[in-house]
Amino acid sequence: MKITVNGQAIELTQAQPLLKVVEDFGALAPFALAVNGQFVPKSQHQAFVLNEGDMIDILSPVQGG
Amino acid sequence: MQLSSQEQLRYSRHLLLDKIGEAGQLKLKKSHVVIVGCGGLGCPAALYLAASGVGELTLIDADNIELSNLQRQILYKTNHLKRSKVQTAANQLQALNPEIKLNTIENTVENADFSALINTADIVLDCTDNAASRYFINRACWQQQVALVSGAAIRGEGQLMVFNFSEQSSPCYQCVYPDLSEENLNCSNAGVVSPVLGIIGSMQALEAIKLLVDKKSSQQNKLLCFDAWQMSFHQFNLIADEHCKICGKNE
Repeated sequence: MKITVNGQAIELTQAQPLLKVVEDFGALAPFALAVNGQFVPKSQHQAFVLNEGDMIDILSPVQGG
Repeated sequence: MQLSSQEQLRYSRHLLLDKIGEAGQLKLKKSHVVIVGCGGLGCPAALYLAASGVGELTLIDADNIELSNLQRQILYKTNHLKRSKVQTAANQLQALNPEIKLNTIENTVENADFSALINTADIVLDCTDNAASRYFINRACWQQQVALVSGAAIRGEGQLMVFNFSEQSSPCYQCVYPDLSEENLNCSNAGVVSPVLGIIGSMQALEAIKLLVDKKSSQQNKLLCFDAWQMSFHQFNLIADEHCKICGKNE
């Protein structure tokens, strides 16, 4: 299954939870996640099922002001 | 309430707009916006809201002006060093627009009797630089159902979110970033490109004006991410986390 993470193409050999995919990609908490432009709340990171062609964005918090 | 002839002239470029006009300008005049943090974001946001004729502004910040602030905190001049940020900002803004009312709270938001203060406010702008204040402001705004315009910037990145808590389904800041720690980066330890603050702070002022004039026109329930080096904007649709510890329906 082909997906992208932060614009980078990734091939998954089997269906995997969203959280595992982004952790394998190297994401370090804290982060927010979006799939196809839709924010996925943290409570759904584990259970979220990815589909062919999904575009994942790992969004790092910005706190400065 | 009416606009004086001086105000008619001062705000003439707003009055020409279909989306603002005299009715919209009067809404701005009747409004009270609270700006938390008078640093890199708070300075441009306050300048634009004062110039635009928002009738009452309350500025909250405990800090004095330091030399390293002047790279980006555009209300302050070199001869203002060591003075109070809120007092100096209020003087500058009052000189810009004597028609508006300015209140200053020279304290941290946590010690500002914030919930009582925002009870009568229309909008809060979060222009702070740390997670603890952002969580505190979010909780208070959610409890009081006061709209929150959250801005942030670091290095070459900026983010903007608008939460209209009068809507039951609104997400909150905590839904988006539930697990921030104090060790995260801020402008003092990571740096920031000066104009990024102007871009995000100006967008906070713009979204505040849109909320005040016509709630439907504002950028609610979205996370807007700005990348200065790519000069790109990306937008993500936000939803509430039903397990959010502040606003969650299942908590």
